[in-house]
Amino acid sequence: MTCIEARGLRKTFGSTVALDGINLQVQEGRILGLIGPNGAGKTTALNAILGLTDYEGQLRVLGRDPWTERDQLMRDVCFISDVAVLPRWIKVSQTLDYVAGVHPRFDRAKAEGFLAKTSVGSTRKVRELSKGMIAQLHLALVMAIDARLLVLDEPTLGLDILYRKQFYDSLLNDYFDRRRTILVTTHQVEEIQNVLTDVMFIDRGRIVFECSMDGLESRYREVTVRPEQLAAARALSPMNERQVLGRSIMLFDSKSTNAGADQLAALGDVRTPSIVDLFVAVIGSRAAYAQGAPQ
Amino acid sequence: MNPMSSRSSANDSQSNDSQVNDSQVVARGVAAPTRPFYWSVRRELWEYRSLYIAPLAVAALFLFGFMISTIHLPEKMRAVAMLSPMQQQELISEPYDFAAMLIMGVAFLVAIFYSLDALHGERRDRSILFWKSLPVSDFTAVLSKAGIPLVVLPLLAFTVTVALQWMMLLLSSLVLLGNGGSVATLWRNLPLIQMWSMMLFHLIAVHSLYYAPIYGWLLLVSAWARRAPFLWASLPLIAIAVVERIAFNTWHFATLLQSRVVGGDSDAGNLTAPGSNMAHSPTLLDLGQFLASPGLWIGLIVAAAFLFAAVRLRRSQGPI
Repeated sequence: MTCIEARGLRKTFGSTVALDGINLQVQEGRILGLIGPNGAGKTTALNAILGLTDYEGQLRVLGRDPWTERDQLMRDVCFISDVAVLPRWIKVSQTLDYVAGVHPRFDRAKAEGFLAKTSVGSTRKVRELSKGMIAQLHLALVMAIDARLLVLDEPTLGLDILYRKQFYDSLLNDYFDRRRTILVTTHQVEEIQNVLTDVMFIDRGRIVFECSMDGLESRYREVTVRPEQLAAARALSPMNERQVLGRSIMLFDSKSTNAGADQLAALGDVRTPSIVDLFVAVIGSRAAYAQGAPQ
Repeated sequence: MNPMSSRSSANDSQSNDSQVNDSQVVARGVAAPTRPFYWSVRRELWEYRSLYIAPLAVAALFLFGFMISTIHLPEKMRAVAMLSPMQQQELISEPYDFAAMLIMGVAFLVAIFYSLDALHGERRDRSILFWKSLPVSDFTAVLSKAGIPLVVLPLLAFTVTVALQWMMLLLSSLVLLGNGGSVATLWRNLPLIQMWSMMLFHLIAVHSLYYAPIYGWLLLVSAWARRAPFLWASLPLIAIAVVERIAFNTWHFATLLQSRVVGGDSDAGNLTAPGSNMAHSPTLLDLGQFLASPGLWIGLIVAAAFLFAAVRLRRSQGPI
């Protein structure tokens, strides 16, 4: 079933185009990473999906229009926008009381179970907690809600590496069950590489790349080319070439190159590229184009 | 007929369980629409503790001052006994009226500052993103915030005043009895039930209904202004009055605002003026006169429009 469906989604702020006609389809049960440079339109896209901003074009989330039905939609959708949105004056126990009071799908015992594994005391106020503990609290609240879509916008911003690791671990182990859908944006791409089932790059308000992680593994190849093979490799039209420690690393898309697997293997060491490599190849080339383009 | 009764006894415990579950589900289903509102109001009381701390603190201070004043109470009562019944009542009930006015004044002040911050603070500290991530509509959120100055604070002011006046009376009685005096004059001249019903009427009529457009305006500004909501709430009103004065040499707008704050003499009569005599009990005539005044209804319509605009604004506004 389709969880999010957008057609021609557009949003402008004055003369700035934040979303430039996005088409998007996210099936249920996927973990989609929405990745893009600063100001690419990630947060605007998420805000539209969450009913926090109005938009032009068509958008349906779980069959609802987010802008006009936000309160209904939020029964099935959870979001963590970044770590700093829990009010600082509230007590931990009050967050549980409140969410239990207003959310029909909140399981208070479950949230208390998650919190018991952390050092977040229920009588403390949010202002007394560290950034990592606030993130743990917010995640405990969200994971205790039986939602169908979870949206995470830079959920681990400003957290140290241990908290970040733990955050995604508990998300995968205690929450994701292949029926729920998770949509996540982050700049720390390496850390979610193994979490995602799908990845999407967004740049200047447009979706410039989308692929499932399975597809990524079967379709893209990164080759550390031996110096003597350089000319031969370039003839196979790689997507991107970069220099690391004096050696050329080239990225091949098996759909746009005619080279077979054995042909690539002859050029040098072949491996599956990381999301970061692809991101640099796709967005980097666009950025270079933009800089070189006449104004 | 209960469909469960046709089941065999072996299933009794099971059917009882399911009955309990059914009734819980039903209760939850019925209560569901009001729960977000109820919890949103409680949330406001968690956040703005000054809502009840301020009136309680003022009441405590007043009681402290009153306690000191009771040193002279026995001689005062002897002097009062010489006066006419009218003067007796006036003199004895004076501190009680003053207490009521003080608490109501504090509640009004708290209501103003609460309303100015209610929809601004949540955007300032970004917590609006958390509130909006929950299935609570903007309508419920704004309505619960409007409910604080319109319902919660008047009721709170009433409760605190009644408790304060009771303690004043108790204290006075103890002092008089301790000095071997009589409490008869004191109790006879304090028509407490009358005073309280008058106060409750005043709170509902003025602090809730007549002041509604004031709170609506403040909430609207609080939802709209990016910074300095107090200035945005006050300066435009002053500007309108000044422009009117310069352009037409009249004070209509300023008079309108003034009559709204002090209760007004044309619309709601002396009844709604905060300074009106508390010992005067409301009659049906007063009530009819109040309900028939166009000022009340125009004010309520304006308040509803302000609140509606605040709901629309909250929907599209993010953190600042």
